[in-house]
Amino acid sequence: MLDLEFMRLALATGVIVGVLAPAVGFFLVERQASLVGDGLGHVAFAGVAVGYLLGISPVLTALVAAVIGALAIEWLRTRRGAAGDQALALVFYTGIAAGVVLISKAGALNVNLFQFLFGSILTVTRADFLTVLVLGVGALTTIAILFRGLVATVLDGEGSRVAGVPVTRLNVVVAVLAALTVAVSMRIVGILLIAALMVLPVIAANRVAWSLRSTFALSMMFGVCAVIAGLSIAYYANLPPGGTIVLVAAGFFLVASGLSAVVRRG
Amino acid sequence: MPELTSVVELEGVSFAYRAGVRVLEDVSFEVSAGEFVAIAGPNGGGKTTLLRLVLGLERPTTGTVRVFGQVGGKSVDGARIGYLPQRARVVGEAPVTVREVVSTGRLTSAGIWGPLRRSDREAVARAIETVGLSDRADSPLRTLSGGMQQRALIAKALASEPTLLALDEPTTGVDAESQDSLGVLLEELRTQFGVTILYVSHEFGAVEHVVDRIVLVRGGIVYDGPPSGLPGVWHDPSHTHA
Repeated sequence: MLDLEFMRLALATGVIVGVLAPAVGFFLVERQASLVGDGLGHVAFAGVAVGYLLGISPVLTALVAAVIGALAIEWLRTRRGAAGDQALALVFYTGIAAGVVLISKAGALNVNLFQFLFGSILTVTRADFLTVLVLGVGALTTIAILFRGLVATVLDGEGSRVAGVPVTRLNVVVAVLAALTVAVSMRIVGILLIAALMVLPVIAANRVAWSLRSTFALSMMFGVCAVIAGLSIAYYANLPPGGTIVLVAAGFFLVASGLSAVVRRG
Repeated sequence: MPELTSVVELEGVSFAYRAGVRVLEDVSFEVSAGEFVAIAGPNGGGKTTLLRLVLGLERPTTGTVRVFGQVGGKSVDGARIGYLPQRARVVGEAPVTVREVVSTGRLTSAGIWGPLRRSDREAVARAIETVGLSDRADSPLRTLSGGMQQRALIAKALASEPTLLALDEPTTGVDAESQDSLGVLLEELRTQFGVTILYVSHEFGAVEHVVDRIVLVRGGIVYDGPPSGLPGVWHDPSHTHA
């Protein structure tokens, strides 16, 4: 499998995505906003459509669209008093509707589009890998530097605000990181399934971890393992990689839940 | 920070969550440095709103709120506010430990960048020790009793070594023994470190003997003075409707 360059690129890119998606998803799950990644995936779909329509990189336009969507959700949630799920629904459906209309306009309802929707290991190029590497390392460095502030904001927003923590700005950082994750991960997992890789490793880790830090570390470990195992199974069994990766992650959750139940009974 | 005698100052403050429905009307009062003030009153009387106005979490409809001499909840160098919200709980599913929760209370002093310094970690350990949870410091919060969880959250409010400590209903769900030890702890903080304390509760029995003043709130201030001068009918304001 590793004799093939496209598989080496897919695995290398997948490892970065496997670390990044749960690292960002951790803050969404703990803020009880697990579906934000899903909403941003649909907005990214509209971005891909814009890319096809304008004849420029769909990854770039998806990134811009997802960032705008993330900021819109955050603004609706905090400034306009919309409930979190209402803000999400508004952006979610507008994104998917705009995507359908724009894709139709661009005449791009074809195989290329399906690669973005469901992921394809064949589409990962060296340029894609370098883009994911730079953006992924940048995002993870941001999380490492701001980790304490982000955790405090997630655990107790009001208390943090009173303590002088820039809660609004940190929420915007999380929203932009989520958008970035969706955009850089869509080549591997696909727009429709990326949110699963942001959420499933985290909720699996929640079942077996013993502290907040161990939850964070285990989330990333489960994410990487799901990507490596999922891509390998997909290669040998000729299955779609995105779906296989997510099914492996779902398997981790089931195993972690089983272990947790056994430990509680013991 | 310059020496200030007045830590909290409200002048003619009114507040309404919705137009026409006033929760507080023309409230004026002052809290001096090192004072221990209980803000009491019936549920819905506006005492939590009053505290939120002081903390800058709400803005007054009319009037002025000054904290450490600053209007509008702006932070002041050297002034640290420890806050225990009403029905405080740790959100999320992660098994966050006592030490991790208390560490988040250190942000006022340590800032949000990078890892905690050694001195910050020591301050966190002291806060945990102060509430008697040193032996459970690395236990996930969700494995502790309600009273212990509340003590951990109080330790979080103490971790910044606050100059102003604001506690909203800190004894809810806490057994009588823990309530008494909280009263002793707060008195120590006031006498040893000069911490100014705002204690909001509808049941202030645990601190009645140690507070300087009780401020009774029911839409406005209906009493502001020492506990000894409290009219009998108000002595337990949670039973005013009985």
